[in-house]
Amino acid sequence: MLSFIIKRIGLAAVITALAVTALFLIIHMIPGDPVSTMLGPRATPEMRTALEERMGLDRPLIVQIALFFGNMLRGDLGMDVFSNRPVTQIVLGQVPYTLGLILVSISWAAVLGVALGCYSAVNRNSLGDRLTGVLSVSVIAVPAFVVALYSLLVFAVKLQWFPAIGAGEAGNLGDQLHHLVLPSLAIGLSWVGYIARLVRASMLEVLGEGHIRTARAFGLPEGRVVFGYALRLAILPTVTVIGVGMGFLLSAAVFTEIVFSRPGLGKLVIDSITTRNYPVVMGSVLFSTLIFVVSTTLADIINAILDPRIRAGK
Amino acid sequence: MAVLDILDLSVSYTTPRGDLKALRGVSLSVPQRRIVGIVGESGCGKSTLISAIIRLMAPNAQIRSGSIRLKGAEILELSEAQMRALRGAEISMVFQDPMQTHNPVLTVGRQMIDIQYRDKLSKTEKRKRAAGMLALVGIPDPEARLNQYPFEFSGGMRQRIAIAMALMAKPALLIADEPTTALDATLEVQIIKRLRELQEEVGCSILFISHHLGVIAELCDEVVVMYAGEVVESGSVRDVFHNPAHPYTRALLDCDPGHIKVRTRNLPTIPGNIPDLVHLPQGCIFAGRCDKRHDACAARPDMATVNPSHHAACHLIAVRETA
Repeated sequence: MLSFIIKRIGLAAVITALAVTALFLIIHMIPGDPVSTMLGPRATPEMRTALEERMGLDRPLIVQIALFFGNMLRGDLGMDVFSNRPVTQIVLGQVPYTLGLILVSISWAAVLGVALGCYSAVNRNSLGDRLTGVLSVSVIAVPAFVVALYSLLVFAVKLQWFPAIGAGEAGNLGDQLHHLVLPSLAIGLSWVGYIARLVRASMLEVLGEGHIRTARAFGLPEGRVVFGYALRLAILPTVTVIGVGMGFLLSAAVFTEIVFSRPGLGKLVIDSITTRNYPVVMGSVLFSTLIFVVSTTLADIINAILDPRIRAGK
Repeated sequence: MAVLDILDLSVSYTTPRGDLKALRGVSLSVPQRRIVGIVGESGCGKSTLISAIIRLMAPNAQIRSGSIRLKGAEILELSEAQMRALRGAEISMVFQDPMQTHNPVLTVGRQMIDIQYRDKLSKTEKRKRAAGMLALVGIPDPEARLNQYPFEFSGGMRQRIAIAMALMAKPALLIADEPTTALDATLEVQIIKRLRELQEEVGCSILFISHHLGVIAELCDEVVVMYAGEVVESGSVRDVFHNPAHPYTRALLDCDPGHIKVRTRNLPTIPGNIPDLVHLPQGCIFAGRCDKRHDACAARPDMATVNPSHHAACHLIAVRETA
């Protein structure tokens, strides 16, 4: 088990390094340079050279990448061009908002989705199953920002049950959760349908397998057969999909944060891209990448815990 | 009193083409401490019969008539909860494919402890009993192997674990559904020997399903030959194998590679196919493939007595007796 985890983390490190290099190159290919943005059109060549030197933009690209990696490992992602605060500090200030939003969204979606999927599989072709099927497909088809806009209009503006903007008062957990309801509804809704469909399909497959017949032939209670024996296997693909789905969750979070004017990585990226604030763009995208890599790695490790065959590499 | 009595059992599957009559008027009985074999080619209704006995049938299957009695008590009238109480306790099963029998993500020990959920024993006692059963079926170092997962065992070992699980509750009836088909020949002999020993030790009856005639001859006391959902012949292994009364049994024995003495390029087969079970032919079910077919076969033959413990459903038996 330990060797599996170490191997998986090593792989994650390699993936991160490749992703960061790619990111670095992509950002440098974006038209427009930070020096003109910062100094404006009337800057003298001397001022430009000085700033380029300060930001290290005059060095060869390969040196810039190497320097970036070296600094990154020390936790130094450079300085914000405008406020002169360390980028790490700025980004780390936003990460908890986004991470919290994503985790709450996927958690409620997973619990409800798994429950609906199990119900549908056990009561296959019943009215409830068909209804769940239709609803699942409809919510999968609705993008997060549409749910965000409509839930904002209905529940925040019209009914005024929930606040419309912001992330709530710092330190007041109840208020923060209250602010999380609508955004997490927007992000999680389509996942409920998606997970329900996924669990239903894999559950039906597992329920048809020989070992389930064995469990029933030994008179095990149906509840234990479904949740103790079948779900253990049927949940595996869902864990993987959620791990990989972190990318979609992040992009859904960007839209949702904009709609609800919530602080977070999404808002930070948008703001810094429009101002060509390279270090901050780089820093926030780097953290998004990290969240993605960590979540896929975690999904693999959870699967290995759930399925001994993966651990053994079979 | 017999452990299992099946009387005139008919089971149909509802299909888009109409009712598929998988079992028609099947009667057989498994006496106490005896091993009864059921032989027949694929599609003869062996699996339907088993699923009816433990009442784990496909959703589209219906029992049209008949009765199944376990130690004299009618199974078909039990509620689902009462039936569940019998499974694994009074009737247990060993399935065909040992690679699919166990849950792949739970340890063997956990699965063996789980099936003892009815017993009010501590977990350590249940574990000890599980280890004891593994030792009984010949798995070395059972205590440690309880912590292993099914994929860490070979096919033969998994089948022995399946047998250990099936016998753990000392059931009255063990149903073994082609338990050796997925194993190679040397393992087959091992499993058969072990099953025989354990049957004597536990004192249960076994209903043994197979299409391997040699295994049936080796293991069973009595044999039931099924064809296309009907019992065509039944009797002691000796009577049926040495003096087959039904043309189908004879043809089946002729096809057994173990019986062929002359060198041949092509193995013998029974010409023709199993009749369509949705639109059944009139008369004898085997008539279409029978080389002894005559006018009387247009009517369905009843079970005729060859000797008091040997019966076959063929018109020729009565003829032979009168002749």
